[in-house]
Amino acid sequence: MTEDEVVVEIDSDADLVTARAEARALASDLGFSRTDATLIATAISEIARNIVVHVGRGRITMSHVREGRRYGFIAVARDEGPGIRDLETALAEGNASRGGLGLGLPGARRLMDEFEVVCGAVGGTTVTMRKWRILDELEILRQKRREAERS
Amino acid sequence: MAETDEQKEENEEMGDQEKEIAEAAPPEEAMDDDLLHELVDYLRDNRTQLREEWVRRITDAKLLQVMTPEEIFSEVTAVYDNYVDALETGSVETLQAYARDLSERIIPRGVETDEVLGIVLLLRDVLARSLFEHYRGDAKLLDRILDAYEPAANRIMVTVGVSFVEERERVIREQQEAIRELSTPVLQVRDRLLILPIIGALDSQRARQLTEQLLGSIQANRAQVVVIDVTGVATIDVEVANHLVHTVEAARLMGASAIITGLSSKIAQTLVDLGVDLAMMKTVGDLQGGLEEAERLLGQDSRAPETGADGPET
Amino acid sequence: MPVAILRQGDHLIASVQSDLSDSEILSFRDEIAERVGRDRARGVIIDVTALDVIDSFVARSLRSLAVMLRLRGAETVIVGIRPDVAIAIVHFNIDLDPVRTALDLDDAHAVLHRLGRRGNVDGG
Repeated sequence: MTEDEVVVEIDSDADLVTARAEARALASDLGFSRTDATLIATAISEIARNIVVHVGRGRITMSHVREGRRYGFIAVARDEGPGIRDLETALAEGNASRGGLGLGLPGARRLMDEFEVVCGAVGGTTVTMRKWRILDELEILRQKRREAERS
Repeated sequence: MAETDEQKEENEEMGDQEKEIAEAAPPEEAMDDDLLHELVDYLRDNRTQLREEWVRRITDAKLLQVMTPEEIFSEVTAVYDNYVDALETGSVETLQAYARDLSERIIPRGVETDEVLGIVLLLRDVLARSLFEHYRGDAKLLDRILDAYEPAANRIMVTVGVSFVEERERVIREQQEAIRELSTPVLQVRDRLLILPIIGALDSQRARQLTEQLLGSIQANRAQVVVIDVTGVATIDVEVANHLVHTVEAARLMGASAIITGLSSKIAQTLVDLGVDLAMMKTVGDLQGGLEEAERLLGQDSRAPETGADGPET
Repeated sequence: MPVAILRQGDHLIASVQSDLSDSEILSFRDEIAERVGRDRARGVIIDVTALDVIDSFVARSLRSLAVMLRLRGAETVIVGIRPDVAIAIVHFNIDLDPVRTALDLDDAHAVLHRLGRRGNVDGG
């Protein structure tokens, strides 16, 4: 149905446009509603900008997973920067990074279902976020049919 | 440039090899036209009796009972002709289009997937048997004819089956959507004014769906004012309250003002506890009052009500 | 050009054609500010229908643009925010009050007209 992974290299602000488009495309392919696809693309935009603004370069890997009755969109953003010195402050609500540059991480967190930030021991930051959607009855039926055929 | 003697020999050899390959295992495209023609002509010449046989088998199998004999006959004719055309041209597009059209017509009548697959299987069987009978005398020719027929017939069957199933699923989705919308109706009472009466329990999922529906209606109806009546809602939790606030703000981003009516003191308290500045939200005690306020907003200016805080002039 | 700017009377209509990068947004801001000054525009309509995504930076930029243009004597109206985009924006809890909005160009002109009438000191 879809490729296993979509990788977007983040180097400059022009890459945000690409990241948004790829995120939306993947979300749509996975059957997310228009609204959810927009939320996902917006969250991707936030973390992509976070990379550009704080580190300069990084990469976002988008993939998907199926867990029983739900589909998940997964995005992992990695950069090799110095890490976030004060993670708590960075994630705190109401904190805009460097005046007017958007909400970055807190913004993305609000839009997604799951959100984690891990700073590496020697630097580098990994942001993982997920959004889920429940399979509708038709899809579940189709899955069951396929499984029955296989057995 | 003229070929060298060596090259000539090579080409001849290659030519022979190619011929061998072509004869050994004819792929679909390499099926010679004569054979295809023969097959298609046979099916066309025997159209009448093969069709009748097919209908007989359908009736015996008790399929398509929701349809009258005349209907079955006319559909069967169309399917048969499309089937043969698809065999002839190798293109299933016309057949696909017909299958979708047919599905659109028979699904509301209650025809099931297994019936559709059943009748296509029966046709396949009827034709195969007939071919067998006819070419029985020439085993080699029969083999070639069946080799040609089988894959084409399979492809057609899958096409028809898939078209039907897809159409069916599309219909089910539409019905699901319609049912969902029925549970939260957005009413247009007059030009540029929408009412959304919310009744019953509101959970996060319903609230989300409600927001999408309302915003979609604002766009579709060019609404400038929406009255959201929550008289029928007993309690809301934090999540739903957030959704409500979001809905009002999102409506504003689309140029529409939202008026909340029927706020019980209980819900008002929840909102206040949440830190929602009720002064920022337009609220009116009851629906009637809300509609009057809406009229006021709409009449204030020939086209546009207040959206957003005013500048220095206020 | 990612944003097309047309003039209609003393209003400017800026039509975003495609998704904008951050630097394109900043360029646009400079350009529209310059045009407002040059054409002495009283109103600016920004059509963002083509924007599939409006994230917190874009939303903030629109806000600061509206504030800045008001200081130059022009009111700003944003049109074309789609339902799904509106839902995303409200997650940010950015104060977008200074940003006026309308559903389409007709309504936007009406908003500007009304604002112009109210704030009009020169008479006429």
